[in-house]
Amino acid sequence: MARIEVESEIAGSVWKVVVQVGDSVEVGDVLIILESMKMEIPVESPSAGTVAEILVAPEDAVEEDQVLAVLN
Amino acid sequence: MANRGAIARRIVRACDGLGLETVAVYSEADRDAPHLAEATQSLPLPGVRAEESYLNREALMAALKTSGADALHPGYGFLAENADFAEQVAETGVAFIGPSPKWIRAMGDKAAARGLLADKGFPVLQASAALDDREAALEAAERVGYPVMLKAVGGGGGIGMRVCANPDELTAGFGQTQLMAERAFSDARLYVELLLDRPRHIEVQLLGDGQGNALHVYERECSIQRRHQKLVEESPAPRIDRETLIEMCDAAERVVAELGYDNVGTLETLLSSAGRFGFLEMNTRIQVEHGVTEAVTGLDLVQTQINLSQGEPLPKRPALVGHAMEARVYAEDSQRMVPSTGRLTVFRPPNMFGVRVETGYQEGQLVTPYYDALLAKIIGVGDTREQAIGRVLVGLKGFMVKGVNTNIALLQRVLQDDEFIAGTLDTGFIDRLLDKSTKEAKRGAN
Repeated sequence: MARIEVESEIAGSVWKVVVQVGDSVEVGDVLIILESMKMEIPVESPSAGTVAEILVAPEDAVEEDQVLAVLN
Repeated sequence: MANRGAIARRIVRACDGLGLETVAVYSEADRDAPHLAEATQSLPLPGVRAEESYLNREALMAALKTSGADALHPGYGFLAENADFAEQVAETGVAFIGPSPKWIRAMGDKAAARGLLADKGFPVLQASAALDDREAALEAAERVGYPVMLKAVGGGGGIGMRVCANPDELTAGFGQTQLMAERAFSDARLYVELLLDRPRHIEVQLLGDGQGNALHVYERECSIQRRHQKLVEESPAPRIDRETLIEMCDAAERVVAELGYDNVGTLETLLSSAGRFGFLEMNTRIQVEHGVTEAVTGLDLVQTQINLSQGEPLPKRPALVGHAMEARVYAEDSQRMVPSTGRLTVFRPPNMFGVRVETGYQEGQLVTPYYDALLAKIIGVGDTREQAIGRVLVGLKGFMVKGVNTNIALLQRVLQDDEFIAGTLDTGFIDRLLDKSTKEAKRGAN
């Protein structure tokens, strides 16, 4: 199965990691919630699959285009 | 000035006009902010995040002491509506320029504030008391009637709110909303409120002397919102008869006088499509959109705040002259609905007749993810609403920004929309506008 990298659309920080490694997710499921400019920005799953890796933790700073998680 | 950005600069100007010296504070992310050079003195705060800097009471109290300031203006946001902070400031003998801690506290508890207003005979929206759990919320929602808005008791600014059309949505959304409320306001309590069909958001600007005297300086129409964040505000409110509005403003003034409320406040209401007002909440601070009222009354609200905090009497009510409209320019990608950060390689706000600009930014400055996304307020002033709209549009067209994305194109679409021009506004306006353009885009693609 293809490896899918989930990237951040924005610069900000991680508020919450909603999923765990091994969770199966559908398209549009919220994986991680970021915070930027006093707004909560949900990061949604781009495809159905299984969460293979989570590369960030709450309060981490993230850059635009940074890979946040990997799906299988 | 325990704040940053546009309001910090606004406070400097108000103080300059009164011959008062100013002390700015700044986080490590705001070293290049223009208000530092404009203030008499500026002192650093630690860190970049709001919690480390502008919300850091210990650091602010230290700066207050170092500077020897004899008054503190909290601006809006950050600690402006934190009663404990206001108390802490007052205890050191420094004047807190805003309502007394008592009123900040009373109005900060949204459920209690509704009770207070209802007791004084002001119409309030049908809503529940504070709820402890999901079961209580479901019961309360049955009584109030669906659809309901689930809201944080300690909330504001659109955070910790969720529309629930039925019990399933309420069940699904309760936990997440509670979590956001806990995190944002350190108060997990929620309540439910009746959701009106196509309501208008209309607020009254109020002033009080704490001695039982109060003054309203008319209303502002703030229905153009996205995710409960205001985008466009104006005064007077279009397409409502003047008598109804003045009756509402007078009622708000009477309540505030009877309470003995002091300094500034804004009483927010929702006006139902049936033409009835209901109290929403009272904001105990200067509002972002205060400039709209200043433009039609000639009253300097920030200077008035300072004067009132020094025990000076209320001003006389000025006449409402002409029309003013404000557009909020945000650093965001309006299509993807996400904020936008980066360096302002070009930043040239308009400078033209009938257009007032309030901004905390200058060219070359970095727009960071740490604070809110407001880049500038463009306020158009004219004899008529049509003229005010035209001036905001000219101002937006002349506003050159490069380095971050902005919502300028979206604002232009709002101001050129037939429904908007006709003045038939309600809080669902932006969603309908965006739906319309999505449909058009699809038609174009086919």
